[in-house]
Amino acid sequence: MKTITVRYFALFREQAGVDEETLTLEAKTAADVFEFTKPKHGSAEPSGHCKVAINDVMADWSTPVEDGDTVLLFPPVAGG
Amino acid sequence: MIRVTTDPIDPDVLRRELFDPAAGGYCAFEGWVRNENEGHTVLRLEYEAYEPVAVTEGEKILVEAAKKFSHLQAYCVHRTGLLEVGECAVWVGVASAHRDEAFRACRYIIDELKHRLPIWKKEHYSDGHSGWVNCERCAEHAHSVS
Repeated sequence: MKTITVRYFALFREQAGVDEETLTLEAKTAADVFEFTKPKHGSAEPSGHCKVAINDVMADWSTPVEDGDTVLLFPPVAGG
Repeated sequence: MIRVTTDPIDPDVLRRELFDPAAGGYCAFEGWVRNENEGHTVLRLEYEAYEPVAVTEGEKILVEAAKKFSHLQAYCVHRTGLLEVGECAVWVGVASAHRDEAFRACRYIIDELKHRLPIWKKEHYSDGHSGWVNCERCAEHAHSVS
C-alpha cells in the first residue's frame, strides 16, 4: 500500500468536493490513481483526455507512483 | 518568458518587453473573451490555472519555438480569475529579424499553450448555468447550476 496525496482541479475539484486528499491505496502507476479516484471526480472520460503531473512535473499515465508522491489530476484543459 | 496573472493584460506594455535592436518584425496574438459558444450566450469566463506546472510547461513551449523558428524574443501572459466579455485572456508576442518566423512562432506558441497548459475555463451563461469548456463529457453534471 502507498500513501498518495491527490490534488483535483477545475471540474474534478468540484466533483470531488475537495482540493486534495491523502489516500492509501494499491497503485503502481498514475493511471491506477486515476482509476481509484474515478468515483470521486466522476470522470467518464478515458484518462487519455485528461493530463497528470506527479510532484509538479508533467507525467504519463504509465509513470510509476511512489509512496509519498503528490498526483495532480487535470481534467481536459482549455487555455486561451 | 511566460507569466500567469490575475491582473489585466496590457499589450502596449508587454510589447515593449520584446524590443530588440535586431528585430525587424513583431507579431502578437490576443485571445479575447467572446460572448457566445456553441449556441450559449456567454456573460463571462472564469479561468483557473495551476501556475507551477503552467509556467514550467509554458517555458518548455517557448524553448521549443525558439529552436524551431529562431526568433529573437517571445513572451506570453495568461489571465486567471473572472473575465468579462472583451477582456484579453491570453497574449503571445514574438519579435524576430523577419516577419515569417514571428508569424509562425506566434501560431505555434498559442496552439501549444491551449493544448498543454493546465488552464481551465468555466463559461457563465445568460441563463444562469455554467460549464467547464472541453469537459462536457467528463461527468454527468458538467453543466451544473452555478
